Amino acid sequence: MNRHWSGFNIVSVVVGFAFLYIPILLLIIYSFNESRLVTVWAGFSTRWYGEMLRNQALLDAAWVTLRVALVSATAATLLGTLAAVVLVRVTRFRGRLLFSGMVFAPLVMPEVITGLSLLLLFIAMNLDRTIFTVMLAHTTFSMCFVAVVVQSRLVTFDRSLEEAAQDLGCTPLKAFLTVTLPVIAPAVIAGWMLAFTLSLDDLVIASFTSGSGATTLPMRIYSQVRLGVTPEINAVCTVLIALVTTAVIIASVINKRSMVQRERAEQLARAG
Amino acid sequence: MGAAARRWLLIAIPYLWLLIFFLVPFFLVFKISFSQTNIAIPPYLPVFEWTDGFAVWMEKLRQLSLDNYLWLTEDPLYFNAYLSSLKIAFVSTALALAIGYPLAYGMARAPAHWRPLLVMLVILPFWTSFLIRVYAWIGILRREGLLNQFLQWLGVIDQPLTIINTDIAVYIGIVYSYLPFMVLPLYAALERMDESLIEAAQDLGCTRLAAFWKITFPLSLPGIVAGCMLVFIPAVGEFVIPDLLGGSDTLMIGRTLWVEFFSNRDWPVASAVATLLLLILVVPIVIFQYYQARTREAETR
Repeated sequence: MNRHWSGFNIVSVVVGFAFLYIPILLLIIYSFNESRLVTVWAGFSTRWYGEMLRNQALLDAAWVTLRVALVSATAATLLGTLAAVVLVRVTRFRGRLLFSGMVFAPLVMPEVITGLSLLLLFIAMNLDRTIFTVMLAHTTFSMCFVAVVVQSRLVTFDRSLEEAAQDLGCTPLKAFLTVTLPVIAPAVIAGWMLAFTLSLDDLVIASFTSGSGATTLPMRIYSQVRLGVTPEINAVCTVLIALVTTAVIIASVINKRSMVQRERAEQLARAG
Repeated sequence: MGAAARRWLLIAIPYLWLLIFFLVPFFLVFKISFSQTNIAIPPYLPVFEWTDGFAVWMEKLRQLSLDNYLWLTEDPLYFNAYLSSLKIAFVSTALALAIGYPLAYGMARAPAHWRPLLVMLVILPFWTSFLIRVYAWIGILRREGLLNQFLQWLGVIDQPLTIINTDIAVYIGIVYSYLPFMVLPLYAALERMDESLIEAAQDLGCTRLAAFWKITFPLSLPGIVAGCMLVFIPAVGEFVIPDLLGGSDTLMIGRTLWVEFFSNRDWPVASAVATLLLLILVVPIVIFQYYQARTREAETR
């Protein structure tokens, strides 16, 4: 394919990425600022990272957020993978249209609506608002993201492999677990990570569904930002960005390696 | 366990979960939007109890009223908030398309071995917290912020510009936060496109611009629709961006709902606001679903 990468193309890519990355870079740079004023540079310092580690309320919130994210991402991955299997494999059943609607609608649903509606559900169920209700809420909206990610991998999977395993005596469940799951594993892992970061980020739904003693990190950051911008928040944000970026890069390297291995195995199979 | 029972179980688990935690709550919002405010826990009346029995239920049903909706039409605040949300979401979507299209186009025409890296670079900001990305703009847009410092250093302006706490800051925030949602579907549509079609058009005498409008643009239309819906729908109900970047006069319905709920503790009015917001969004959501279903069909085939 003879694609011509013109000057205009290069400029629009560079400008686009500059717009996406400069704000984050500035945020990181100013987290190392000595001054209390966020926008006046007064020399390099790691003092705000120390302040951050001494802020007990912040650390408590981080611990709550971590627990919520771990539990809800795991539950969302199980449910979301099931939903993806239903979407791709069970092409005909009563209520399928409603089902796919319920999977795709949360992706675009404004968070204030999801948050308010879940809160009213918990009140109707007489559930006290705790860390547990936040986990339920996060599981629900992130399972739909997992379903979409896994589904896009599952549609390209060759079903005859699984049928062959069943012909050789596997139960359908065993065939799925030993044949299909390893192949779609990168998508399942990516789905888990997406669910984890969605939970880590969420402010609005958590604010509606959490009660006393279950303040998450975004809720804590939000209330501090409303009081004023401080370099300490820049430091917290930088730590979060570093963690997420590292995780995403590791995951994509694993993903790429598994793809390369698969290609090699396929080539070997063809040669042999 | 038979095959039919297994199949039923496979469908039932995610189905019931979404039914209970996604669909039923909407009906609760709808029901409570007809209730009255009450100073109690929960702060609305009537409260239906399973133990009430049929007669009490009918009595309580009679207490439901349209008062909250009448209230929404009487106070111009709400109407203006809906209107201004739609306007802000529309302008932001148009701006995101204007920035996102050239970016996606440039990415799709980049050398093949660069493209995975470029896609990764678009996705990466999406993984970082929404709140953090909005927060980053506060330091940039403030009166004594980095943008004003930079522009004054360049000598473009004498007096610092007031950008923060205006609608312009909200536009910037929404475009910035949702740009990856615009770029990815556009890129997917443009990358799939067969370049030889353009060459054929040019061979037949089209100028490059004419070839773009007659071939590239129509072929990327599904990507444009998907991208615009992915930006427009959540932007209408956005809360964090108008709250942190907008001014006190920046009306957006997500923020109004938040204030009704958390500050005024008026749950019935908040529910009525949510119900109307959902009604407004039904049309774009259906369009989005339709295009999603079509792309899925194309993939499965």
